Amino acid sequence: MIGKHAVRYGSLLYLAAILIAPVVLVFYRAFEHGPGPFWDAISNPAAVHALRLTLYVTLITVPLNTAFGILCGIAIVRHRIPGMGLVNAIVDLPLALSPVVVGLALYLLYGNDGWFGGFLHDHGFRVLFATPGIVLATLFISLPFVVREVVPVLREIGTDQEEAAATLGASAFTTFRRITFPAIRWAVAYGVVLTTARCLGEFGAVSVVSGGLAGRTQVLTQYVQASYENFDQTGAYAASVLLAGLAILTLLLMTVMKRGDRSS
Amino acid sequence: MKLRRPVLALLVLASLVSATSASAAKQDTSLSVVGYSIPTSVFPKLEAAYGNGVTFANSFAASEVQSKAVAAGLPADVVNFSITTDMDRLVNAKLVDKNWASNRYHGIVSKSVVVFVLRNGNPKHIKTWDDLVKPGVQVVFPNPFSSGGARWDVMAAYGSQLREHKTAAQAKAYLKQLFQHNVSQDTSGRNALNTFLSGKGDVLLDYESDAKLAQSQGKPVFYLIPKATLQIETPLAAVDGSNKAEAKTFVNWLYTPAAQRIWAENGFRPVDPTVAKRYKAQFPPRPQLFTIGYLGGWPRVDKTFFDPTNGVVAKIEQSLGVSTGG
Amino acid sequence: MFPLAVDAARFLPTARRRAVGAPALASGLALTYLSVIVLIPLAAIAAEGVQGGWQHFWEVAWNPEARAALKLTFAVSGIVVLVNAVTGTALAWTLVRDSFAGKSIVNALIDLPFALPTIVAGLTLLALYGPTGIVGVDIAFTRLGVLAALLFVTLPFVVRTVQPVLIELDREQEEAAASLGASRFHSFRSIVLPHLLPALLSGVALAFARAIGEFGAVILISGNLPFKTEVASLYVFQRLNSGDPQGASALALLMLVISFLVLLGVGGIRRWATRHDR
Repeated sequence: MIGKHAVRYGSLLYLAAILIAPVVLVFYRAFEHGPGPFWDAISNPAAVHALRLTLYVTLITVPLNTAFGILCGIAIVRHRIPGMGLVNAIVDLPLALSPVVVGLALYLLYGNDGWFGGFLHDHGFRVLFATPGIVLATLFISLPFVVREVVPVLREIGTDQEEAAATLGASAFTTFRRITFPAIRWAVAYGVVLTTARCLGEFGAVSVVSGGLAGRTQVLTQYVQASYENFDQTGAYAASVLLAGLAILTLLLMTVMKRGDRSS
Repeated sequence: MKLRRPVLALLVLASLVSATSASAAKQDTSLSVVGYSIPTSVFPKLEAAYGNGVTFANSFAASEVQSKAVAAGLPADVVNFSITTDMDRLVNAKLVDKNWASNRYHGIVSKSVVVFVLRNGNPKHIKTWDDLVKPGVQVVFPNPFSSGGARWDVMAAYGSQLREHKTAAQAKAYLKQLFQHNVSQDTSGRNALNTFLSGKGDVLLDYESDAKLAQSQGKPVFYLIPKATLQIETPLAAVDGSNKAEAKTFVNWLYTPAAQRIWAENGFRPVDPTVAKRYKAQFPPRPQLFTIGYLGGWPRVDKTFFDPTNGVVAKIEQSLGVSTGG
Repeated sequence: MFPLAVDAARFLPTARRRAVGAPALASGLALTYLSVIVLIPLAAIAAEGVQGGWQHFWEVAWNPEARAALKLTFAVSGIVVLVNAVTGTALAWTLVRDSFAGKSIVNALIDLPFALPTIVAGLTLLALYGPTGIVGVDIAFTRLGVLAALLFVTLPFVVRTVQPVLIELDREQEEAAASLGASRFHSFRSIVLPHLLPALLSGVALAFARAIGEFGAVILISGNLPFKTEVASLYVFQRLNSGDPQGASALALLMLVISFLVLLGVGGIRRWATRHDR
């Protein structure tokens, strides 16, 4: 019995020390001086803009990566082209890659001396140090989530129903809409939640490509760092609370969806 | 399908967000200010006082890092660097007019001095440049290959030795000792201050303006201006671009007495003589104050001391086994 | 059940696949998107990194500071994954086999490092274990600080790969061993662990890949001291900031190759684990 309790309390203690205590502290520090300073901190223009920019980038990235995720998932599982296994590995790469490497790659492509940067700049289109660069970075690092959720489900359900629909004369799109998508919708929803969380929290790649101009190209995670370095502790913690709140909301959605899937 | 409603909500939200962003952009001129790491707190105050319906986007980091970023495409309308060679880089890149320094103040919008920042109580009794290289003393200053502040610090140290009538060779030997006592190589002056405040080192070499900010934030430190020290002069200019006229107006305003008073209130030595006289008590003169001109001017000093392969500092760092890349 | 970030279903038998054609358009679009967003940027790193030849690449990637950064990164990440192997398995065990009040909350919390931005994670660890921390320990600017940051961000990996396997595990063998007098630890080691091994290794590999690339959580707490607490990702960042994209790319290319090898390794483990099901 001792062993069982040792494992339980040992692991919970570890969780508390590494995970729970720090997050609780964020909330404490943000509201340490009362709700007034907290509100002032998150309602200043730079913070508001950072939040808006973060949400804007997320709202562009999530639908794009969701559409890609579904298409790619179908392509990988129902493949015609050999080498889809390699595609599978490449799709997973953003999960294992350092975000700074991602940012560097975009810098090399879209900087003034980059492969595309000079051309785009001559035509008045700025990618680096502007919103398009932030979007591209966020697309890269949040790419895998929908694919990874969709692929195992597609594998599990097999192709019987789809084949039957095809023999009955249904078009590819009708088959997708009536059969495939309903089967994967919880996987897609779950992937969307994960993608959103990843977009909101992106920091490393954006730090390289955005230039961090407060009020113009600074996302909320960069605002946290800039505030901290400028002795604005309350500002840093207030923005952290916003982000942590969104993270906890994500966790709740994920839990709800796990239950929803089990019941459906 | 169950997901249709959330998707619709998402689209409505998206259009709202983009609509508000777009409308905000069209109303006012927006100027981007790119500066070195120290004036992070003072520019918002200056910008608030300037008003004129202009919105500002600010970015502050190590001087050389910022200068290289602007040259690489970081959009900037107004730049305020730590040393003039960072401005010269932009002149060479045809981003800043070559007459940027032609006003009465030679393009220098504020001044400061190199100071010692010490912990309350000064447990190691550090007072002079010689104290910095006593056994067991740990000195914090940033990386000279990214931070303008570090270059001011190094040249202040070098010049202080010359002021004591040492030879150039002895002064260089002193620099080597100083680097031996250096315990961190932060990218910027502000990062070095944060390192020092978090408990590392016994003394920090920093701008007087940064030290004053730390004190005003209630940090348990004080600063001491050594008898012989270097006057820091930070250049400011408008960048050629679509907002050049508006940027030039702002740049000119930063020299007016009203703006200079704000600089002074926030710890920066004003260049306007009338304002300077009013704030003399906060900014005591130093008997052996010298300028970079005394040491040959930045272009020559930069080449001799801070060339990444053959400069004096590079050679010192190589001999000590420390990284030299900026 | 959707395991987070790792497709644990890969370790369970898969339905036999019949090639029903995916519309070529779907595949084509997906591949184009993938190329634009992922492949071409990565190609740019490879091109920049090897510019000037292989010898130059090694000179740049293997300079003393880069070497020190890599060594530190691998050493700390190695310790991190070892710790995670133990604590992750323990947490998974607690969540699957044990029951206590609040277990479902704890289960949900495990995913917090996936949802929380890394810069916030770093800030909170600094607040707790830094110079102004209330615990009284100060690990800022030390390797312990780097370790703590990496432990935070890698926490869910092993838990979430091991958990589903534990849930599916048939307890008959363990019960039989118990009835014959085997200790719990012995039965864990010789009965349960072999079943967990593929999932455990997979989780460890992914945690390792994540740890060596971590940036946001480390940047505040480590102080980025070259040769002391500067990890590989910070070195790349610093090189780029100093106007040395080639130096940055050389090390970035190394990191890219290592990440890819880790992923291939995970794929290999998966194929080995399901070898009897094909």
